[in-house]
Amino acid sequence: MAKQYETVIGLEVHVELATKTKIFCGCTTAFGGAPNTHTCPVCTGMPGSLPVLNRQVVEYAMAVGLAANCQINQYCKFDRKNYFYPDNPQNYQISQLYLPICHDGYIEIETGSGKKQVRIHEIHMEEDAGKLIHDEWEDCSLVDYNRSGVPLIEIVSEPDMRSAEEVTAYLDKLRLLIQYIGASDCKLQEGSMRADVNLSVREVGAEEFGTRTEMKNLNSFKAIGRAIEGERARQIELLEEGKAVIQETRRWDDNKEYSYAMRSKEDAKDYRYFPDPDLLPVNISDAWMNRVKDALPELQPQRQERYEREYGLPAYDAQIITASKKMADIFEETVALVSNPKKVSNWLMVETMRLLKEKNQEPEDLRFDPENLAKLIRLTEDGSVNSSVAKEVFEKIFTDDIDPEVYVTEHGLKTVNDDGALEEVVCKVLEENSKVVEEYRSGKEKVLGFLVGQVMKAMKGKANPAKAGELLKKKL
Amino acid sequence: MAEIITDETIDYVSILAKLKLTEAEKEDAKADMQKMLNYIDKLDELDTSGVEPMSHVFSFDNVFREDVVTNQDDRDAMLANAPLAKDGQYKVPKTVE
Ligand SMILES: [Zn+2]
Repeated sequence: MAKQYETVIGLEVHVELATKTKIFCGCTTAFGGAPNTHTCPVCTGMPGSLPVLNRQVVEYAMAVGLAANCQINQYCKFDRKNYFYPDNPQNYQISQLYLPICHDGYIEIETGSGKKQVRIHEIHMEEDAGKLIHDEWEDCSLVDYNRSGVPLIEIVSEPDMRSAEEVTAYLDKLRLLIQYIGASDCKLQEGSMRADVNLSVREVGAEEFGTRTEMKNLNSFKAIGRAIEGERARQIELLEEGKAVIQETRRWDDNKEYSYAMRSKEDAKDYRYFPDPDLLPVNISDAWMNRVKDALPELQPQRQERYEREYGLPAYDAQIITASKKMADIFEETVALVSNPKKVSNWLMVETMRLLKEKNQEPEDLRFDPENLAKLIRLTEDGSVNSSVAKEVFEKIFTDDIDPEVYVTEHGLKTVNDDGALEEVVCKVLEENSKVVEEYRSGKEKVLGFLVGQVMKAMKGKANPAKAGELLKKKL
Repeated sequence: MAEIITDETIDYVSILAKLKLTEAEKEDAKADMQKMLNYIDKLDELDTSGVEPMSHVFSFDNVFREDVVTNQDDRDAMLANAPLAKDGQYKVPKTVE
């Protein structure tokens, strides 16, 4: 009988914090600046420059740790991780090894067989590195240090996950938690959330872990799923052939669906950590910690529960809407304006989700003003636009955030509520379709739909279909 | 008794530090490092039970900046420190992952 294998997975998740400035200097963290325009002596590692810790980084790290059930090291400090690579101008990264800010927490996930806790080993604060681009013309590399010194937290889990599904569930939970706190937007595609996967396999029932590999370069939930499947298969194949898995860092190539060993740098992986003498320790008082704890916002599970209770949304709808902080915020702001939660939820659940999927976007990318959705809902409620026009207008709100009142007026999309005009068209349609009229009168009431369609067509979609139907019936 | 600094240790450390040492320099470095380790041994003779490990030479903590942008674009001044630059970026030997 073939051997059965179990996959053992732990994650190292890096999250870029949403601070305005870098972790140790007053340079902006804004995206999209020309290369090296967001740099100073500190984040380019000039000798003699001194780092000073951004208080907000400690606040965010602590908030995430508390929400993830961690213990806080109230006395914590920074260490230097030494390595030479041009993305790192100091030749060391400032990180935390000995006393990381948070430790021993957990995240609860739902699995096929019930709830499960994924333990968090630690969360530490550190700085991001610069970006290297290869220059084809001169066969050299060019460095942009705009991201150098951007604050990160690294969340290290215990090897508690056993499948790609559990990994996805864990990342989803973690992402929601951090987004709701506002500590990061957590976009995998844009790199503000990055996951390294530590994976090993062992025979079912074995007590010892197998040798693990670390996979990098995973920038979507789908890529993570494929990488886990691919690496599991690769390791099992090695074991089946009687070969050993080598402990190494591998780079996942999502196009080829295979991981490659990263060329090991000529020197060993020996970071020679030591305490950073330029930075003073952080001493977190009970009062400070409690203040951060008390200021924790409502997180996703509480918000879902409140939407069900307060707005009467079905659990499923409440879950989908709160699965993105952005979406939930739009929901709430729109409901405050039109007080029709069911209608607002419908627009988000149906049309918004459809357009996001069509345009391959995430809910965090939503850009429209809730005021505009509220106006559109009012226009449908007072019968000013019919449902097919409303969908068309909504698409415009979704893409260009237009004001629907202005838009329908400018494009002449308002439903014609002039009964005279409608009656004229109804009479004309009845005249032109005498055969259908006879069918209706002989009992085939289904044909009414066809007649309504003809009226709508004659009025270029601007009639109220219910009204047209009524009038038709009356005339018939 | 302190660990003996061998030739292998010196070679390994110079790889990590990206230093090319002459034979004479290696001997000097070996002797210096040995002295340091011996000194640590000396410290070990003291009874430090009940003494909190010192994490910093200053008795300060909690020195913070507020999260406010204070730096403007100073790219050209920064790049002036670089041996080589191109298109507003630092030019370095090719790196391949
Ligand atoms: Zn800076």
